[in-house]
Amino acid sequence: MNADCRPTLTLRQDSVGALAAMQAVFTRDMKVAFRQRQDLLNPLLFFVMVVTLFPLGVSPEVSFLREAGAGILWVAALLSVLLSLDHLFRHDFDDGTLEQLVLQPQPLFLLVLAKTAAHWVLTGLPLVVLTPVLGVMVHLDGNSIGVLCLTLLIGTPVLSLIGSIGAALTLGLRSAGVLLSLLIIPLYIPVLIFGTGTVASAAEGAPVGAYLALMGAFLVLALTLAPFASAAALRISLSNG
Amino acid sequence: MSEPLLQAVDLQCERDERILFRDLSFSILPGTVTRVEGPNGSGKTTLLRMLAGLNDAWSGNLLWCGKPRSGQREEFLRNTLYLGHRPGIKPLLTPLENLRALTAGRRPLPDPLLRQALDGTGLNGFQDVPCRNLSAGQQRRVALARLLIADEPLWLLDEVFTAIDASGVTAIEDLLQQRAAEGGAVVVTTHHDLGLPGMQRIVLGGGAANEC
Repeated sequence: MNADCRPTLTLRQDSVGALAAMQAVFTRDMKVAFRQRQDLLNPLLFFVMVVTLFPLGVSPEVSFLREAGAGILWVAALLSVLLSLDHLFRHDFDDGTLEQLVLQPQPLFLLVLAKTAAHWVLTGLPLVVLTPVLGVMVHLDGNSIGVLCLTLLIGTPVLSLIGSIGAALTLGLRSAGVLLSLLIIPLYIPVLIFGTGTVASAAEGAPVGAYLALMGAFLVLALTLAPFASAAALRISLSNG
Repeated sequence: MSEPLLQAVDLQCERDERILFRDLSFSILPGTVTRVEGPNGSGKTTLLRMLAGLNDAWSGNLLWCGKPRSGQREEFLRNTLYLGHRPGIKPLLTPLENLRALTAGRRPLPDPLLRQALDGTGLNGFQDVPCRNLSAGQQRRVALARLLIADEPLWLLDEVFTAIDASGVTAIEDLLQQRAAEGGAVVVTTHHDLGLPGMQRIVLGGGAANEC
């Protein structure tokens, strides 16, 4: 092993900027995900299956579906995000890349934010894209579908961000699934209530601005606080590893 | 740089209600190789993770360049390279992509240099094969390629010789020695019989620990 490409030895005073490091984390996660496409399809398939099975299992009547449709889609989206959460840090934890992430000289919460962003682009965003199709299937009208997509667009990042806290906290446990759900579901409930509330309000023709503003507030709150909590939880989980 | 890079004062660590070591003090000087030894379960990896900043469940003082490390975490991380016994290699990415991802947050290098480093660890011809198709030793070599391009003054290497063949072991020994000659500081844990001249030893085990 020769080492002729190494520079001389001094203490380094500066390092790669946080943005460049975040971008590197994001692109690596995307690359890994696209090498394992069946993992990507899992939450999507789950989402489609739940929404398809509902009319078959409960009632295919237009009036019922129109009323329950938004709720069904929201619950299905929430559960499919939940389903994918365990993968957020688990593989990185197992192969040691998480240790290297924590030891990077940039603020950890920013790197965690980059990872969560990748998670949302890979799971939340496809759900939003699929929503119009499934919305038509459950007989939602055009306006409701538009509002539903909007609420999911604001809501699914919140789900990913809150979920990242739970995923980081349960990382050291061998069977984290149940505990993760128990920890996270209560925090998901407000998002669900306001998400479906917005669509119900839109269906009645009432203004939705206030609802959307509240959803936006959830997003801002999650965006500013969740990465800190996840970063701290990751440190604790790794400390025991 | 003749003052210690890292100084440990009265370190104590407890794990599962068992004291792994107490009153452990040592200095890591530039230009030295330090070997942490002890039987299985004596806390070698725990000590190294403490030094790396991964494990926070300890008491005592750690000084980086003479000042408490807790106040200068980023300066410390910037100048320390830790290789754990989990190599930090993504099985789905190729060695080149892995190396690129691992260096991107520290010191991004152009691909030819990364390829040169991978060649240097004997991975020529495997640079674009997904790592899951490589053997355990080859995967470790991907992680070791980082040593060839790393400019961090302090290296913390946990079980660095695992799954490496005889010629690879000699090459790593040479690399560590060369690194020390350049003024870098290296801390290794290993069961391998490492006999570098001027090597500092930290012996753990039996509940008590002492520095030789």
